[in-house]
Amino acid sequence: MATKHTKTLSRLMNLPAIGLLFIWMIVPLTMAIYYSFQRYNLLKPDQRGFAGWFNYEFFITDPAFVAAIINTIVLVGGVLLITIIGGVLLGLLLNQAIVGRGIVRILFISPFFVMPTVAALVWKNMLMHPIYGMFAEIARFFGGTPIDFFATIPLLSIVIIVTWQWLPFATLILLTALQSLDQEQQEAADMDGASAFAKFRYITLPHLARAMTVVALIETIFLLSIFAEIKVTTNGGPGTDTTNLPYLVFSRALQHFDVGGASAGGIIAVILANIVAIFLIRAVGKNLEA
Amino acid sequence: MGNIVLEKVNKCFGDVEVIPSVDLDIKDGEFVVFVGPSGCGKSTLLRLIAGLEDLTGGKIIIDGVDVSDSTPAKRELAMVFQSYALYPHMTVRKNIAFPLKMAGMDQAEIDKKVEAAAKSLNLTDYLERTPGLLSGGQRQRVAIGRAIVRSPSAFLFDEPLSNLDAALRVNMRIEITDLHKELKTTMIYVTHDQVEAMTMADRIVVLQAGDVEQFGSPLDLYNKPVNRFVAGFIGSPKMNFATGKDAEEFNAHEIGFRPEHMTVSTTEGRWKGVVSVAEHLGADTFLHVKTENAGTFVTRSDGELNINYGDTVYVSPNTDKIYRFGADGLSL
Repeated sequence: MATKHTKTLSRLMNLPAIGLLFIWMIVPLTMAIYYSFQRYNLLKPDQRGFAGWFNYEFFITDPAFVAAIINTIVLVGGVLLITIIGGVLLGLLLNQAIVGRGIVRILFISPFFVMPTVAALVWKNMLMHPIYGMFAEIARFFGGTPIDFFATIPLLSIVIIVTWQWLPFATLILLTALQSLDQEQQEAADMDGASAFAKFRYITLPHLARAMTVVALIETIFLLSIFAEIKVTTNGGPGTDTTNLPYLVFSRALQHFDVGGASAGGIIAVILANIVAIFLIRAVGKNLEA
Repeated sequence: MGNIVLEKVNKCFGDVEVIPSVDLDIKDGEFVVFVGPSGCGKSTLLRLIAGLEDLTGGKIIIDGVDVSDSTPAKRELAMVFQSYALYPHMTVRKNIAFPLKMAGMDQAEIDKKVEAAAKSLNLTDYLERTPGLLSGGQRQRVAIGRAIVRSPSAFLFDEPLSNLDAALRVNMRIEITDLHKELKTTMIYVTHDQVEAMTMADRIVVLQAGDVEQFGSPLDLYNKPVNRFVAGFIGSPKMNFATGKDAEEFNAHEIGFRPEHMTVSTTEGRWKGVVSVAEHLGADTFLHVKTENAGTFVTRSDGELNINYGDTVYVSPNTDKIYRFGADGLSL
């Protein structure tokens, strides 16, 4: 596979796919950059023109922007933390020889296949609803007051819903990593007098480190762009309590019809996501080398 | 101290009885090798002693204490695994220190012991590397280092050399033998390679289908095998066997004679045959001689022998070196 001829040929064969991907990326990006420097509001189509950095300034100085950044961090960080810790624990559990392990595993994995809008609707109307919801029913059964989830703890509620969706993914990846843990290493640790906790701390956890970074990387990419769950449940509210960056961009574009401002927001989101990606890929790269 | 006694040890996996009943008395400081064909239960027996498998019946007594239900750590044995089982994310230093750390020893003491072990195993330059960067032989030495730092009452080796190439295997064999001479600790060593068994052991346990066939010194096994199985298993190339009229002549059901106890001649001898394979090893020549009516025999003669494939030769056993077996396979 290393002769000059095959190398040239393989590059040639790759070209159409790479070209298509490049166009797919560069056209929308250029358009967004172009619009971000335009004064362009659909409600005032006559006032178009070059806007300079105004759109960026406007987007960043918007008080909702700081709130959105914080909400995004809390959302991504919270879900990551819960899914990784929960994923390790569930993975350990599912790795045991329990009765009906196959069925239990499928049950665990299934939330991942439910589409975000449906999941959010189910949680909103059937579980978390203060009147008809199952949690409210349970609270009343024990004589408590039902919690109005989306009014009192809106961001936490979103975190719970997203966690429910992503926990299976984390569990699945971590479970496969656990299954590849060398049996003889564990036996060696047994001989060396390691307790169950010490074995977990010194053998299992380091073994899982690589899988954990992969989970963190993949989840971060998707969690940065969470939208459906917010749109369906809280619409970013109350106030800006559950507005994350993607939702803020959406609200500029399709609630204020400010194409220029939304494009500027989009570019800012792209830059922030790339900064995160660089750090993550470095962290993962370090972990994969070891 | 490392006196290990097995009393009526029995092990079943579900309905399958792997080890029916084994009695052994391994003396302190002895180098004992478990040898047998694959699937004979030798590794299972070792794992039972280590405590990695539960006994189905019987007792294991170490230094007078019944440890049948003790955890592996409580038995104070150290084991070297076939895959080495090093901890991949720890440096060599941390690997060797791990059992000491688990025992709660203080750091200064640990450092001292690790340095000493590394020095005796030529690992000092590699202490800060991870196992992934080491060669097979070095990994093997790290595994041994991890075993010796604890000063266990006995070492258990589970086919430790089977992942090494031939030259390295010979070296490590000598290193382990030296280690035993130096430490004078009981060692139990599992292998399927009878050359390893013969060269290293004080005493060898020959196992077949979970039963101890014979327990004795290498030369005992070679000179006085108790039955046909041990006779055929110990020695390389394998012993030749003949039955029928040839055996009746010696008042036996079957007779055996080793390749090195045979004479090859181009003119006269007991059996006439054709050479089907001639292996010239330099020092020795192995001939596989297909006789007319007694089967194929392997002979061992010196390297200068000028006999080749297809030649007709006569082979005869040295009559004073013949092993006689009864119909039940036992030696007569």
